[in-house]
Amino acid sequence: MRTGEFVRWCWTQLTSMRTALVMLFMLALAAVPGSMIPQETISPVEVADFKAANPVLDAVFTPLGMYSVYTSVWFSAIYLLLFMSLVGCILPRIALYWRTLRKPPPTLPSRPDRLPVNRRTTVGGTAEEALTRAETWLHGKRYRTRRVAEGVSAERGYSREAGNLVFHSGLVVLLFGLAWSNLLGFHGSAVVVEGKSFSNVITQYDEFTAGGWKNSDSLEPFTLKVDAFHTKFETGEVQRGAARRFDADVTFTDDGETTTDLIQVNTPLITNGGTQINLLGHGYAPLITITDGNGDVAFSGPVVFLPQDGNFSSVGVINAPDARPQRLAFEGFFFPTAVLDDKGPRSVFPDAANPELFLNAWSGPPAKETGIPQSIYSLDTTGLSPVPGDDGEVLRMRLTPNTGLALPNGLGTVTFDGWSRWVKLQVSQTPGNTLTLIALMVAVAGLCVSLFVRPRRLFVRIDGDGAVVGGLDRTDAATGLDEEVAHLAAAVADEEPDAGDTVGDPAGHAAQWGMSDPADPKGTGA
Amino acid sequence: MTASALSDLSMVAAAVGYLIAFFLHSLEWSAARGLAPVRPQDGSEDVARIRVDLFGRLAVGVTVVAFLVHAFAVVTRGIAAGRAPWGNMYEFVSASVMFAVLAYLVVVWKLGARWLGIGVTLLAAVGLGGAVTVFYVDVAPLVPALHSVWFVIHIVAAAISGAAFNLGAVASALYLLRRRAEADGPVVSGYLAKVPHSTKLDLFAYRLHAFAFPLWTFTIAAGAVWAQYAWGRFWNWDPKETWSFVTWVIYAAYLHARATAGWKGTPAAIIAIVGVVSFWFNFVGVNLLFSGLHSYAGI
Repeated sequence: MRTGEFVRWCWTQLTSMRTALVMLFMLALAAVPGSMIPQETISPVEVADFKAANPVLDAVFTPLGMYSVYTSVWFSAIYLLLFMSLVGCILPRIALYWRTLRKPPPTLPSRPDRLPVNRRTTVGGTAEEALTRAETWLHGKRYRTRRVAEGVSAERGYSREAGNLVFHSGLVVLLFGLAWSNLLGFHGSAVVVEGKSFSNVITQYDEFTAGGWKNSDSLEPFTLKVDAFHTKFETGEVQRGAARRFDADVTFTDDGETTTDLIQVNTPLITNGGTQINLLGHGYAPLITITDGNGDVAFSGPVVFLPQDGNFSSVGVINAPDARPQRLAFEGFFFPTAVLDDKGPRSVFPDAANPELFLNAWSGPPAKETGIPQSIYSLDTTGLSPVPGDDGEVLRMRLTPNTGLALPNGLGTVTFDGWSRWVKLQVSQTPGNTLTLIALMVAVAGLCVSLFVRPRRLFVRIDGDGAVVGGLDRTDAATGLDEEVAHLAAAVADEEPDAGDTVGDPAGHAAQWGMSDPADPKGTGA
Repeated sequence: MTASALSDLSMVAAAVGYLIAFFLHSLEWSAARGLAPVRPQDGSEDVARIRVDLFGRLAVGVTVVAFLVHAFAVVTRGIAAGRAPWGNMYEFVSASVMFAVLAYLVVVWKLGARWLGIGVTLLAAVGLGGAVTVFYVDVAPLVPALHSVWFVIHIVAAAISGAAFNLGAVASALYLLRRRAEADGPVVSGYLAKVPHSTKLDLFAYRLHAFAFPLWTFTIAAGAVWAQYAWGRFWNWDPKETWSFVTWVIYAAYLHARATAGWKGTPAAIIAIVGVVSFWFNFVGVNLLFSGLHSYAGI
């Protein structure tokens, strides 16, 4: 019994408005750290940098899940509790609302003159006729009425609570939509060099995140070939180097049908199966040919270099593990608009106006294939030694397109054949989006109804020779109660309505928002 | 003179105009010190009361002129850029301050709510002053990410709801002042006597927030739809998104607080002010402090 009471007490606490309010504050507060601390889902690189730079903070942040705030236990706990509180709050209110809808308006109060706004009026014709006129007027104003011998009660604005309930239910449905997208959706990205193709199988992705219920072995089968990528940058004085154009010509093959398309930043490609392909980034891929010491081509093709700054100073690694007699590797920089001065080599503009490739070479005895995957963006120098230059220091190569260099000691040659661009494609599926969007639209509509519809009750009571008309607003933000009471009284009296002369209205419903005491003696205000 | 230079000059002039209007409102308030709540019948305060009103009228007049100059500056900026004039921080702040002042002037014209003036002109002077001094950038075309119809929908909705939130915050701040004066004694004197009663102020603030909140919800939703097109994901917990969510939750709390016993009145007004602080932090602080998907064209 005590347990039952305790559970009931907990439930009452959880579903109280006060708790909801506190949890709203907690939710707002809990969302803040994620905007200040780097997040795993947004930028794993920044997280790694932050951890390295702040070991003391890291010791606190890691156990607290501060690098993935929005999926952490405590953040989830807050919003789930909030939603439980919401459901606990609206379910009884839906039941109550259902009963209210089926019930007639409230019973006629015995003293309508005690209502906030009221007036006494004469009765035109018989009481019967007067009440009928009152009812007609009330129906014209879309009131629901309840007629008894002594008078009429009327109520309107039922949709306010309906809007409120729709809004809150909409939020619950929205949460389901989000969960659906998260559990059955995926998103991944892949870097594709111009002229190359991407097939939608998991092995082709550079990064891939799928929901728990998504079978990532059965992705929608399609192929996308990046024919060309076009970019343009601001060359004027203002915002020099800012992106001005950013789109890719692609050939898309799906269900045996091949089409050509243009992907732009705000116009992704959407497949028949609802997979969305976005253009997220781009960069340069120098074309390199490595000829080994035996005169055989050990590597040839584009190498993806990753941009490091807004002017696309890019770093990359070229590996030629099959070069013989010595295997070869290179690391270096690609500068689309290269400048070499006392600040060192760098790029001064994002477009390829003066591309140059700066390389260091490494060589070593052939290594056995280990099968361990290696990053293609960083060089593992185990078993390699730097190739020395003429002066005994490390060899530094500076190449312009269509030039090459023979490595010392007959190790081979490297040629810089030109450059291509690569694009980073994001492929994603968010199946719950339609539901989420509909829920959101319905919720906003409900919200507007709940904020702008103003429930009101009006009463007419025959009192002796005359009648008393009274009214009250059930929200404090309403206006025009005075006027409606005056009009209703006029309908009862069968007269033309006059303005004002009502008693009461303490909350100032016939609001004047001007100065409560205009400073000028004439009293005209602003 | 080019449209761009004309715009720059008028923008500075408008900022100065708002500052002058703020000084005039301050004079209006200080001149009302010690005046009785109701005009004495013997006319002993008439000279002082007329002076108070004169300052107020002058302030509104200067605000109207500054607004016209401001609107001209925003329009010529758009002409110079050949697009909607809210493509960067400078343009966004100047456009949204313009919407806020327009909303204020409509309220003055329709409802005579001149008492909002001191807060609104201060916000406008600080906002526009900050825009022309700190955020200024020359006219330039848009980055490709902003080439979208949502560029107009999302940002206009943000600016209009922002205008209402700001007016609501001014009303809430006045509510707190007036409420304290009412609590201190039975007679409220000085300028606060001319400001509507605290229950009216509370209602006024509520209406502005009730208008702004659904529009803010729509702003976030429109942003999410745009993000789905632009980035393939409608919500990334980017700092801008996070703070617009935080702002939304604070205003949701405000609306709930107004309907909860023990939270009505002063606590609700404080929540409204916290809300507007969060709103401004989202629009200014987030761009300056964090880098994210919403960082375009410098600041």
